[in-house]
Amino acid sequence: MTGPDEVLGAAPQDEGDTSPGVVGRRPVESVTLAVVLAFASLMAWDNWRTGIRWESTGPQAGYFPFYVSLIMAGACIWGLAVEIFKRGTPDEPFVRRNQFRRVLQVFIPTLLYVPATEWLGLYVASFILIAGFMILVGKLKPWVSIVTALVFSVAMFVTFEIAFDVIMPKGPLERMLGY
Amino acid sequence: MEALGLLLLGFKVLLTWKILALMMVGLTLGIFVGVLPGLGGPNGVAILLPLTFTMDPTSAIVMLSCIYWGALFGGAITSILFNIPGEAWSVATTFDGYPMAQKGQAAEALTAAFTSSFIGSFVAVLLITFLAPRIASFALQFGPPEFFAVYLLTFCSFVGLGKEDKHKTIISMALGLLIAGIGMDTVSGTLRMTFGSSELLRGVNFLVAVIGLFGISEILLTMEERLALKGHAARISLRVVLSVWKDLPKYWVTLVRSSFIGCWLGITPGGAIAASFMGYNLAKRMSKDPESFGKGRIEGVFAPETAAHASGTSALLPMLALGIPGSGTAAILLGGLMVWGLNPGPMLFVEHKDFVWGLIASMYLGNVVGLIMVLTTVPIFASVLRVPFAAIAPMIVVSCAIGAFAIQNAMFDIWLMVLFGVVGYVFKKIGIPLAPLTLALVLGSRAEDSFRLSMIGSAGDMGVFWSNRLVGTITTLALVLLFWPLISRGIRALRGRPRGA
Repeated sequence: MTGPDEVLGAAPQDEGDTSPGVVGRRPVESVTLAVVLAFASLMAWDNWRTGIRWESTGPQAGYFPFYVSLIMAGACIWGLAVEIFKRGTPDEPFVRRNQFRRVLQVFIPTLLYVPATEWLGLYVASFILIAGFMILVGKLKPWVSIVTALVFSVAMFVTFEIAFDVIMPKGPLERMLGY
Repeated sequence: MEALGLLLLGFKVLLTWKILALMMVGLTLGIFVGVLPGLGGPNGVAILLPLTFTMDPTSAIVMLSCIYWGALFGGAITSILFNIPGEAWSVATTFDGYPMAQKGQAAEALTAAFTSSFIGSFVAVLLITFLAPRIASFALQFGPPEFFAVYLLTFCSFVGLGKEDKHKTIISMALGLLIAGIGMDTVSGTLRMTFGSSELLRGVNFLVAVIGLFGISEILLTMEERLALKGHAARISLRVVLSVWKDLPKYWVTLVRSSFIGCWLGITPGGAIAASFMGYNLAKRMSKDPESFGKGRIEGVFAPETAAHASGTSALLPMLALGIPGSGTAAILLGGLMVWGLNPGPMLFVEHKDFVWGLIASMYLGNVVGLIMVLTTVPIFASVLRVPFAAIAPMIVVSCAIGAFAIQNAMFDIWLMVLFGVVGYVFKKIGIPLAPLTLALVLGSRAEDSFRLSMIGSAGDMGVFWSNRLVGTITTLALVLLFWPLISRGIRALRGRPRGA
């Protein structure tokens, strides 16, 4: 880094990521459009069932969303047509393998965290998520991670449970402490 | 003037220790989320919303808007020191801000950015103070057809003026409208799109969707990029501040022009990003020495920052006066208002005078306090970036989960948030904009109600949207904006032909 200033270093530069792409951007776009199209059709069908006609009191409940679904379906078909038209032209990766690994590193713990809040209570689950993530993914010093996670979870507990009376899912530990 | 008296009333509401303390907390949190990589205004406001649930509306909205100001100021820090724009509209600030930092003028660049943000927002707040009440009292005469026409105008201008592919904007908006319609129909009481699920009976809460769309998806994106944080340290001394301020009058043309562009585009939905680039480009084009732009010229910081903040602030004008947010963040603030049963729009100025003027007064105060705070605390906040992302990421996930759960005490909402996180991640990567979705989510049920009420009033005749001059003008304007890309192409073709022939 040029310049006379101190450099605040952090994670290594990752711009030259040349790991192979997991999947192309265009297939993902097509699949997304198809899923949205299916969603739009489902909604259109449900609203049609609810009623899209006129009553003496005005349009039925399904009227407005039905036409919105039709517009959405139309936009999807238009998008898919564009994709088919562009087929064969070069594509860029949607996500590279290294990138995807990092995304999963945070997504999978998040996915596990949600049921854990139900069983263990939100605060204990949060402690485990933060400490675990810092140690296993961040490769940070275990004691730093555990102290950080503990301070954060306790601070949250004090802020929401005690100071602001916002009730969160609680588990065995809180019950033991009498909350 | 009536506005001035009411503004004084607003200041009286604000000047309590409790509110001042909340302002400081809000600003600090805001700068903090603004500085954190990958988080900016909308994400910050969305994640921190639950903190305000137990407060009274005035305190809560003051704190939220201070979070917003703080995030705006914080975005400039990362743009200049780290070359990472906190928000899309900070991109233009990096053009000259980062080169200045590289040349060792980080302090000057930061002072310039903060000062011009302050000037831009200040001009916009003045505009809000004097214009918003007038628009609101004018809008009091609006009936359902007029309101629907204004909503239509908002939606159409997003489609017509947005830079994204048109079909993607439409998909995003339609999805928002559909999701907003899930649950009990407000007019007839019929259930729809619930598929027998008792969880969906309540409908999809706007804030749950926003926390997922902005908070969770942003974490995924930031992890993916693993931002390389290399930047410059900066300490701002009083001497630097004064020397930058002394030169300020030299740039008055740039400042006035950028403020004007910003206010104009900010009121138009979706204009904030365009404003910063337009401010920058005009300053460059009108300069005597356009070559020096992009190499660390202080004017190149003044121009986009003033425009971006003028537009970011004036985006709140249509939100307050008409109930239509001009930007994604304004939409989230609006969602926040609705949590307390306050319906933004013209009636707010009549029914909740102290609230509206408290909010407007807080914009003045928040700006001044924010400017002083960022000027004095830059080194502290710049060091926030040293905190490893591995510690910040799970904490943000936890904050999001608490926020999503707190809204309706439902486990289902946390799952919904995760789902919206994935949707937001995929949408952002394939270029489906999230702002129209946010806007449609927050406006959806009101747009539908006003449409149905107009239809009931006119017994199903679409002609009601052209029944008088006002509603006819707005509806026509909406359709013109919707087809603007086609129209402008047509005009260009007509103009280009004689020259080509």
